Amino acid sequence: MQKYSSLIATPLILVALVLLWDAYIRVFDVSPFILPPPGSVWEATKDLLADSGTFGHIWVTFVETVVGFLIAVVVGVVLGGILGKVRWLEQTLSPLIVGLQVMPKVALIPLFIVWFGFGMTSKIVLAAVLAFFPIMTNTILGIKSVDRGHRDVMLSLNASRWQTFRDVELPSALPFILTGMEVGIVLATIGAIVGEYLGGNDGLGYMAIATLNAFDVDAMFGVILLMTVLGLVLYFAVVGIRRFVTPWHEAVTRDKE
Amino acid sequence: MNTMKTTSADLAPHVGAGISLKEIEQRFSTPDGEIIALTEVNLEIAAGEFLVILGPSGCGKTTLLRIIAGLLKSTEGSVTVGGEPLWNGGTRNDTAVGNLGVVFQDANLFPWMSIEDNIALPLKLTGVDRATRRRRAGELCELVGISGFEKRWPKELSGGMRQRAAIARALSRDPQILLMDEPFGALDAMTRDQMNLELQRIWMESGCTIVLVTHSIREAVFLADRLLLLSPRPGRMDTLETIKIARPRDIYVQTDPKFQSYEIEMRRRLDSFS
Ligand SMILES: Nc1ncnc2c1ncn2[C@@H]1O[C@H](COP(=O)(O)OP(=O)(O)OP(=O)(O)O)[C@@H](O)[C@H]1O
Ligand SMILES: [Mg+2]
Repeated sequence: MQKYSSLIATPLILVALVLLWDAYIRVFDVSPFILPPPGSVWEATKDLLADSGTFGHIWVTFVETVVGFLIAVVVGVVLGGILGKVRWLEQTLSPLIVGLQVMPKVALIPLFIVWFGFGMTSKIVLAAVLAFFPIMTNTILGIKSVDRGHRDVMLSLNASRWQTFRDVELPSALPFILTGMEVGIVLATIGAIVGEYLGGNDGLGYMAIATLNAFDVDAMFGVILLMTVLGLVLYFAVVGIRRFVTPWHEAVTRDKE
Repeated sequence: MNTMKTTSADLAPHVGAGISLKEIEQRFSTPDGEIIALTEVNLEIAAGEFLVILGPSGCGKTTLLRIIAGLLKSTEGSVTVGGEPLWNGGTRNDTAVGNLGVVFQDANLFPWMSIEDNIALPLKLTGVDRATRRRRAGELCELVGISGFEKRWPKELSGGMRQRAAIARALSRDPQILLMDEPFGALDAMTRDQMNLELQRIWMESGCTIVLVTHSIREAVFLADRLLLLSPRPGRMDTLETIKIARPRDIYVQTDPKFQSYEIEMRRRLDSFS
């Protein structure tokens, strides 16, 4: 029974929230420029989807996010793998890493635009930079938290450093890397959209700004809805990877039951 | 029933290597100051010998096994394996640990490898091809009585079955030296008896040197050529007893008065510690 409860409860909660939204607007007579009623947002979304240009914008945001994310995965796992293995390097670089992590990356957008132009590249770079840190830090953590008993097995078998990395450290780190990727994909989506807000003529971020400038609040909410759906699709795609990559992990069976 | 089957999975007969321990002392620094885990251990383990280590919990049995395995460099003293020193200064002599099988107190299987891949891992590391590894894993599964579980994940096996898989892994390279830390602790009495018989057979066929740690006096007397009793911390060699009972021993040897007198002697000695 519990297995299905979320399938029923989640949509019910969603419906309740929409009804509440609608009721709030009616009761307090909220101006549609502040908060449009769900009905008009729905109409505006349908209009947006009827316009073929919208799909072009969705595609641009999708590509920026995914490409940026993939770059972050490759660079994050490789660098995290190296830093996790080479203690002195990690210790030397850790103040620098923490500094970069704390720095508000969004502040770099003007710089990225100067360097990479108004096209997709600057957004891809921002998406990658945002997604990179959680992936790298989780990789380092994963490599470091290898079970002592597992290390002993490899030591007693006279395994080389590379063999230990390939057969033990990397697989031990995988659940951690996947967690980093789940955070990373969300940040990559944010990175791409914020990048579009601030420069260029493409993508859902640009659309949001354009609808706002046109005072089309209904359409702006529609764009936000589309962003949310895109973000959800990407997030659950990454979550789905876990099942294929670490079927051996305890967390995977527990979800299935 | 899940018993070890009597198959002669090609256990190439080979001669084990001897181990020599000289003036071993192991100290650990802990938040409460330095503790001495082991001291004054002097022992010659002959090639092909079956040595069993017995002792109260915390007396340093695992520590001693780790020192022999080269996982821990003793604070004092020296270890020689097959005539070669185990440590050259701070670095381990890899040829000395070259043919070693270790069964740890915890099974320590890798959860991301199937049982088969776990068992054949030592062979993978030495570059044996996949087909040979698979065949060998199958034989070893049969030997330890977990046939049919080759493709499963470790999480799908019971604790006792995981321990058997760990034993199979330790045997996969036909080791010259087999170090076992309470390998049968997780098994029920019946299975344990069968595993003991099987281990005796494997040892007699392969001629390897075995050092086994146990908490069971009966198991110790049953398996041992020589039985080393360690005293409570700091662990010292308390008694070194040669068990003069003919081999192969069967389960009924336990009713033999000679067997029982060894058992009682060890029991008295252990009880005197507390
Ligand atoms: N890495 C370590 N650091 C500090 N103390 C340690 C370490 N390893 C072992 N010890 C201490 O050394 C002593 C011996 O430990 P060891 O694990 O060898 O005991 P044991 O005889 O195997 O016990 P058991 O029968 O419970 O497995 C214990 O007091 C333990 O606390
Ligand atoms: Mg122990």
